[in-house]
Amino acid sequence: MSTDTIVRLPDQATARIPKVNFLSKENGLLSWLLTSDHKRIATLYLISITFFFAIGGTLAGLIRLELLTPQSDLMAADTYNKVFSMHGIIMVFLFLVPSVPATLGNFLIPIMIGAKDLALPKVNLLSWYLYMIAGVMVLYSMITGGVDTGWTFTVPLSTHYVNTNVITTGLAIFVAGFSSVFTGLNFIVTIHKMRAPGMTWFRLPLFVWSNYAASILMVLGTPVLAITLVLVVLERGFGIGVFDPSKGGDPILFQHLFWFYSHPAVYIMILPGMGVISEVVSTFARKRVFGYTAVAFSSVAIAVFAFFVWEHHMFIMGVSNYSTLVFSLLTMLVAVPSAIKIFNWSFTLYKGSITFETPMLYSFGFMGLFTIGGLTGVFLASTGTDIHLTETYFIVAHFHFVMVGGMLMAFLSGIHFWWPKWTGRMYPEKISQLAALITFIGFNFTFFPQFLLGTLGMPRRYAAYPAEFQVLNVFSTAGASILGIGYLLPILYLTWSLKYGEIAGDNPWQATGLEWQIQSPPLTENFTEIPVVDHDAYDYEWLEKKEKEVSSVG
Amino acid sequence: MDHISHVLWQFLVKWMTDFALFPPEASKIAPQMDALYFFMVLVSLVGLTIVVLLLVSFSIMYSKKRHPVAVQIEGSTLLEATWTIIPLGLFLIMFVWGSLIYFRIYTPPANAMNIYVVGKQWMWKAEHPGGQHEINSLHIPTGRAIQLTLISQDVFHSFSIPAFRVKREAIPGRYTNVWFEATTPGTYHLFCTQYCGTNHSAMVGDIVVLTPDDYKKWLAESTSGASLAQNGERLFASLSCNACHNGQANSRGPSLAGVYGSHLTLANGGTQLADEAYLRDAILNPSDHVTQGFAPIMPTYQGQISEDGVISLVEYIKSLNTNYRVEQTLNTSTLLPEGEGKATPAGQQSGGAKQGASAGKGTSGQGVVKQ
Ligand code: HEM
Ligand SMILES: [Cu+2]
Repeated sequence: MSTDTIVRLPDQATARIPKVNFLSKENGLLSWLLTSDHKRIATLYLISITFFFAIGGTLAGLIRLELLTPQSDLMAADTYNKVFSMHGIIMVFLFLVPSVPATLGNFLIPIMIGAKDLALPKVNLLSWYLYMIAGVMVLYSMITGGVDTGWTFTVPLSTHYVNTNVITTGLAIFVAGFSSVFTGLNFIVTIHKMRAPGMTWFRLPLFVWSNYAASILMVLGTPVLAITLVLVVLERGFGIGVFDPSKGGDPILFQHLFWFYSHPAVYIMILPGMGVISEVVSTFARKRVFGYTAVAFSSVAIAVFAFFVWEHHMFIMGVSNYSTLVFSLLTMLVAVPSAIKIFNWSFTLYKGSITFETPMLYSFGFMGLFTIGGLTGVFLASTGTDIHLTETYFIVAHFHFVMVGGMLMAFLSGIHFWWPKWTGRMYPEKISQLAALITFIGFNFTFFPQFLLGTLGMPRRYAAYPAEFQVLNVFSTAGASILGIGYLLPILYLTWSLKYGEIAGDNPWQATGLEWQIQSPPLTENFTEIPVVDHDAYDYEWLEKKEKEVSSVG
Repeated sequence: MDHISHVLWQFLVKWMTDFALFPPEASKIAPQMDALYFFMVLVSLVGLTIVVLLLVSFSIMYSKKRHPVAVQIEGSTLLEATWTIIPLGLFLIMFVWGSLIYFRIYTPPANAMNIYVVGKQWMWKAEHPGGQHEINSLHIPTGRAIQLTLISQDVFHSFSIPAFRVKREAIPGRYTNVWFEATTPGTYHLFCTQYCGTNHSAMVGDIVVLTPDDYKKWLAESTSGASLAQNGERLFASLSCNACHNGQANSRGPSLAGVYGSHLTLANGGTQLADEAYLRDAILNPSDHVTQGFAPIMPTYQGQISEDGVISLVEYIKSLNTNYRVEQTLNTSTLLPEGEGKATPAGQQSGGAKQGASAGKGTSGQGVVKQ
């Protein structure tokens, strides 16, 4: 390689986006609404997810604005409760859970394994419709009075004590759950059945591994959530009494059921993000991921362990002290594979040849923030410190570090990384790097003070708080406005680049994945003929050899 | 402009006076928890520093400019084993350390003074054994183990005292416990930390820690008439519990004397420790726990007694050491007049007497009423 940067853009004068590609194949709204092309469905998801993210983000802004002062003066407590509940519900169920799998996963998994589409293309479209129905139901319940149960729908608050749209919202999440299960099933079947010749399990890109692990969680965990929500709806509608102690039910049962899904759900959210990081770090360091097998297996380990730690959300709820002991230990164990990943990514850089384009910057951001998020998770896994820190802003900070610092950074990293493949055009590099920096700074500014607030004891979900907490809250709100800009920028310049971005070419990053060996944007069928895979993932020597062959022939 | 600088100034003044970075340590457990907390902070800082150092130094050393061609490395079992085992070891230390603290916080000592706390939308009601009631505040003495027995009347609530580093959920339908020993007089925050509906953030109060002398004064000033056990005694009569539980040989219900803290043999052959939670459940769901030798005829009192009432009944039953009180109660078919309740300090009489007899089982009254 002779050039200084990886980016070797095709000569702008002659470069063209291929006339035939999945975007241009057919025109008209109907061709999109009835498509079964996984790339078009991924595009539909991308647009709808961005829409819901914007709503959730606006609500986040309102939350922070309210918390600028100790009193609940911007909105009444009632309104505040609805705002943070809708924020949580939208962000978790309509953004975080589907984000990477439904957009990037949908777009990439078939291509990465050398298939022409997902195994069940129509089911894939159905998933999107279910997602949209759920989204519309959530919006409907938001407009017609909202929900104030928090995203956790805790009983008996949700079943007996609030007058808001619990049933509509609960059913919306139920529907969204099916969308998630279908996506997971589709991925599992596809990865098992549709790999190209030569694409063995241990040649799979790590992105595929991590989505595979997340899919297992979706398929096994989501039905439990669905059952739980149905029980909530039945209890609310008909007073069946499963959760009502005066009828012999048990509200703790709800906690068990809810967290049996919602803990693994955290990994549904983060695992696909980890897959993105593996791809990006490898590409920009030009090295195979350090300890590929360990990283692959740690995804599966996380998925398996994730089902045995739910009770750590209930340490102070009066469950048996001894069961707490067991779950604390298991939670410590699940932290280990995450630590393994962080170190493996770091060592992927060792003796690499590194460049720092935007996706890489977001990945660095991910590694730093996820490390903090993960380490503070240990504070909560250790039962002693959990007593003091749980249900405070420490929790809020912890999960935003993992979800927003981790998952969202990974999502943005991935969107930038695969943007040229998806649209055929580059995003503008300089301003994107700036946006990554702004996001990182804004993020820390917003959420780091919340660790301190939590240590001081400020409870979460408070519309008003004692005056001594104000300084840290002001910091947090100031940070949120910076963070807001950080999120707004990519939406703007990515949209701009659709028309004005430079033509990307097939493989602007000189990456090894199969997706980079086809045209950008891809054909509807992805491949003109199914490839035969004769090398491992991230085999940069293979890539160089191949490029030499091509240039000597040409 | 003037206005803004004024606001800024106010803010700065506030900052200087109000800004805290760490909560006060006002209980015996707090320094222990903080030791673990700072150990974790230290480990986290070291861990984070290692990660950041690796990322930064590799980024500099192996940037494309300095290191144009990557060297392909498969991995290293030794290194990977290292970063599996070291974090695992550290996590296990935190697990053991944390568990020791956890067990301490949730295992009240036998001689703790019991205060009942009922959570409801949106207030905390505390009931001292001597009958003192408080709402959204809790007065306690230093140097004395205090056990809280918590329950909620409606939704989940959570009783949190950051300065003590303790927190416990109040759950509908079951008693939970937490204990602490306050060390420093002062007023501290009491928060409800489990989201409980509209006025969740208003469900706050003060923990007022007093020296033992001041506490005695406070108790004397806020005596509300009857102790919990006395209130329970009245309820026992007015709900006609004594029709069956009269302690006679041929009575339809088992004698309740000395029942608290004993192991009962149930009709289904199992044994059951009669603690507060059991007593509560036996009142509300009697058919679930039929004592051996008795017919399942007790009606449920579900929905007829408030949680406060149940607490009083439980305290009354706890205070019963002999059948003497029951027999007394038997003759009382109407509520005792105010004055009479005061004249017979049941807490002292029975609760105090019981203390000696039932091998250190925590009772209520003693500490309060004796003063
Ligand atoms: C500018 C960015 C954001 C700010 C300032 C922000 C702020 C907040 C705050 C203050 C809360 C706590 C509400 C409370 O407990 O009182 C909260 C809750 C939450 N946030 Fe965010 N947030 C932001 C972005 C996000 C994003 C991007 C996500 C997900 C992708 C997210 C997911 C959540 C969730 C799941 C909750 C829990 C809601 C609940 O307690 O029920 N947030 N957020
Ligand atoms: Cu509450």
